[in-house]
Amino acid sequence: MYIEMRNIEKSYGDFKASKEVNFGLEKGTLAALLGPSGSGKTTILRMIAGFETPDTGDIIIDEKRVNDLPAADRGIGFVFQNYALFRYMTVYENIAFGLEVKKIHKKLIKERVMELLSLTGLEGLDKRYPNQLSGGQRQRVAFARALAPSPGLLLLDEPFAAIDAKVRQELRSWLKEMIHKVGITSIFVTHDQDEAVEVADEIIVTNQGRIEQIANPFEIYKNPATPFVAEFIGQSARMEGYHKLKGFEKGDFTGAIIRPEFVEAFKSDNLKFQDVMRCSEEGIIEDISFRGNYLEVRLNVNGISLTTRRSLERRPVSVGEKMHVIVYRIYAYDDKKAYLLENSLLNGANIVTF
Amino acid sequence: MKIKSKWILIGISGVFLFFMLVLPLISVITNSLKEGIGFYFQSLATPTVKSAFGVTVLAAVIAVAVNTIFGIAAAWLITRFSFKGKQILSAVIDIPFSISPVIAGLAFLMTFGRMGWAGGLLARLNEALGTNIQIVFAVPGVALATVFVTFPFVSREIIPVLLSVGKEEEEAAALMGADGFTIFRKITFPHIRWALLYGVILCTARALGEFGAVHALSKTRGETFTLPLEIDALYLSNSSESITSAFAVSSILVLMAVAVLIIRNIAEHQAKKNEENH
Repeated sequence: MYIEMRNIEKSYGDFKASKEVNFGLEKGTLAALLGPSGSGKTTILRMIAGFETPDTGDIIIDEKRVNDLPAADRGIGFVFQNYALFRYMTVYENIAFGLEVKKIHKKLIKERVMELLSLTGLEGLDKRYPNQLSGGQRQRVAFARALAPSPGLLLLDEPFAAIDAKVRQELRSWLKEMIHKVGITSIFVTHDQDEAVEVADEIIVTNQGRIEQIANPFEIYKNPATPFVAEFIGQSARMEGYHKLKGFEKGDFTGAIIRPEFVEAFKSDNLKFQDVMRCSEEGIIEDISFRGNYLEVRLNVNGISLTTRRSLERRPVSVGEKMHVIVYRIYAYDDKKAYLLENSLLNGANIVTF
Repeated sequence: MKIKSKWILIGISGVFLFFMLVLPLISVITNSLKEGIGFYFQSLATPTVKSAFGVTVLAAVIAVAVNTIFGIAAAWLITRFSFKGKQILSAVIDIPFSISPVIAGLAFLMTFGRMGWAGGLLARLNEALGTNIQIVFAVPGVALATVFVTFPFVSREIIPVLLSVGKEEEEAAALMGADGFTIFRKITFPHIRWALLYGVILCTARALGEFGAVHALSKTRGETFTLPLEIDALYLSNSSESITSAFAVSSILVLMAVAVLIIRNIAEHQAKKNEENH
């Protein structure tokens, strides 16, 4: 493990910002701290950086306990939420600052800055001031500045928050590619699950100061460990009376969660679904809303409200129409854990929808 | 309608400013030259005026130096740290804005005078060191009074700038291992330099013109009098010649004020330009 948090607790007055925080990341991992606002993700980042001190527990970077080490001595690069570029310094001076503070020889500084400028595609912009740059370019400067002193760990606080939605997409892949190219262990904070899923190798889901789950994006999506993760990730909705659906039986659970992609709705004359027709039940369309590249269709099945997505390439449907509905799977949960329940009737059946 | 009211407002402001400000200042200049240019320079060259000029400049320089250091420190403290009593400190700094300068002068008189608690302390100190440092009715008292009335100017100019800039850049620099002085010099100072200059100019203007507080602590013409006190003394001596001299000395202050005004506008313009560029 390159970085480890062991039994971290942190309170601000009566507010517990971190409770029993335990996790570790291997060298070279790009991890996302994902959670709603107030869930304690930023507190964790700030404690690793050394801006905050945990009440109890150990922070270990590269096998050294760093709790009592000041921020500047931890070998950390930090990208601030609004980048905090030095407004009165040029791009060159911004990137060089961390090296000048370390009293490194001017010639070596120049080499390193030039190397970073070319790595981040900022050649020729070295004499500009931050206000003469676009949002994306500023992020690149912040990234280069954080990397300049060759830190072992890179921390990024909401790195895409200050960027227009359109450019954001492009920058996500850029940042991911760049971090993997440099090979630096990195942690970024985000409240946007798409961002976490797209960029991170590992996602650390936080909620009310606790770590809910640490896993790769696929696992987080497919096997949420706790009720919170099941509900937080994807377009999840709580549902009542799941056991009334065909293929599911009542278990010792307190509730269930379903996502649109778990629900299939088709017309009775659809040949592709003839094999599984016996597993389906009747649903009536209550509402259809246009979502750009798909339709969101809400159906009433035995008094249970289910939502599914329908491709625009399929035959049109209308409100009040009777459809056949199959639910592939749901997440059921008790107080502590979430469980994946597969439709028992579909066992072995092969559904090819397209 | 809108255009009409605009011209009416311009007219009112113009007339008001002309009669209240411009005309009196012009009359100062014309009155000062009533006895001819020779007399003008002669009345500026008297020993008491020369001494008053020296005391005024000295007090202003001390006030600016003290308040610049104090103002930066206070502004930094108020904008970068949170602590109990911050609101109170902030309010205390503003006291000189709201209190009459005469009261400030009297307060110093009661503190450092023979009857004041610090007066006895000063006497014992002088005895022990064999010195004769006086505060009340001496130049140090004049400087103290000037420092008091110009206290808030520098910090009040810097605080809003520091607040709007935020502390993120400073945090970023600290994380890279920069020490406090480097952070101030390279990160913070460029943000506040024009506001600081503006504060220093306001402080200077106020220091040059202070009358009330200094009046309470200064009693010796030709030794501890400042220019405003000297003008007052000349005017009150009631001969037509000395009244013209009073105007001549006043014209010096008017010229200084105009110079300050010009520098102030340059500083303000630069500060604005600065903000737009960064």
